[in-house]
Amino acid sequence: MTDAVVRDRPESLVRFDRIERLVHWTTAVLVGILIATGAILYMGELSALIGRRDLIRNIHVIAGLSLPVPIVAALFTPAGRGLRRDFKRINRWSADDRHWWRRARRAEARLGKFNPGQKLNASFLGGALVVMLMSGSIMRFFSPFPDSWRTGATSVHDWFALGIGISLIGHVMIATRDPIAMRAMRSGPVPEPWARTHWPRWHAEVTGGAEADANDQGEPEPDH
Amino acid sequence: MKGRDTPVGRRVFLGLLGFGAAGVLVGSRIDDWQERVIGPIEARDGTGFLSLFPIGRFRIYSVAESVPSRSREAYKLKIGGLVDRPHTVSFATLTARPPVQLTRDFQCVTGWRVHNVKWVGVRLRDLLDDAGVQPSAKAVRFTSFDGVYTESLTLEQARRDDVLVAYKLDGQNLSRIHGGPVRLAVTPMYGYKSLKWLDTIELTDAVEPGYWEHRGYDVNGWVGRSNGRSDDPTA
Repeated sequence: MTDAVVRDRPESLVRFDRIERLVHWTTAVLVGILIATGAILYMGELSALIGRRDLIRNIHVIAGLSLPVPIVAALFTPAGRGLRRDFKRINRWSADDRHWWRRARRAEARLGKFNPGQKLNASFLGGALVVMLMSGSIMRFFSPFPDSWRTGATSVHDWFALGIGISLIGHVMIATRDPIAMRAMRSGPVPEPWARTHWPRWHAEVTGGAEADANDQGEPEPDH
Repeated sequence: MKGRDTPVGRRVFLGLLGFGAAGVLVGSRIDDWQERVIGPIEARDGTGFLSLFPIGRFRIYSVAESVPSRSREAYKLKIGGLVDRPHTVSFATLTARPPVQLTRDFQCVTGWRVHNVKWVGVRLRDLLDDAGVQPSAKAVRFTSFDGVYTESLTLEQARRDDVLVAYKLDGQNLSRIHGGPVRLAVTPMYGYKSLKWLDTIELTDAVEPGYWEHRGYDVNGWVGRSNGRSDDPTA
């Protein structure tokens, strides 16, 4: 696990490796395109202002179908080891994670790489984006499906868009308040004391310290 | 601690997939209910708050580069083609005629339906009679002042009681996004037949497929009997 330590800067730990950052930002750009084009397709006043429904719809569909590509590609690439490990971390909630939700016990919760709010947000967005992909596909390629599925898919697409919007507003607001976390997603490394204070189990795991919690490390990855 | 970890992430993920799939299967019924119950409240909601939520009412489809706005004062409807008296009709002239009211469901070919839409306008038939349709005319072609959107009806369809040249929707002057100041309301057919931003009415010797028909929709767009759909008729 010591590969996460930047060797020439021992005071830094790599929070997000190059593949993770690449996946994050390509996904962010695609989601940005989807939100912009989706708003034009959905909101009457914007739609009247911009028009060109065919073009906007095609951009929306292409961006939507491309959305899973960076994530899936990274998950099935040897270099995507960091991303696969983070998926496991996001899935599993420790007893500390459950305590974290209670304000009185938050201070004593010893967290791994992510807090439970981040885990919930990531799981929600992951599920919601798959639902958007499925419902959007039914809307676009409707002919094999019953009429009611098309209407239902439209409704699901609308409501999930609202949920994703709220979730992303929260994600961006909280992220922009934390310059260290922002830098980690921009360039990778974080100061070692910051990791030790906020994410003690992750810190112990990547520095090989005694805090390491087997549950938090995920299963060992096979060498590729 | 070991062994007490729970796969919450997976549960959230799979739960959402199940929720989404259920929504696709029963969503049309929920959608319909929302439109009937909350739609009318939303229409009267002055704050616009409810319009933030995806509940019923109209979705706005606009195909041109932008929707030109045309004031009621400057508006002129042109009637020409195979008629004895080609002429233009101002908004004031149109609204000076005895208004015809018509309440029908509005069904979109993509699935959404708005119940009990109240149209006010004049019968297309009366405008055609004013212009004097020549015997060689078999169809009516409509163009929109957005410069892109076109539609056609057979003369027989155009003369139906439930086909209006409309200027009011649910008690209000037609707004720009709903096709104002003047649009068609071809109520027995899918929404795409009710051309917005009506500019010209032209009598022709044959039906010319319009904008959406070139993109695969049926020329005779009867609700429930075309486009491979089985909606309740709105006629």
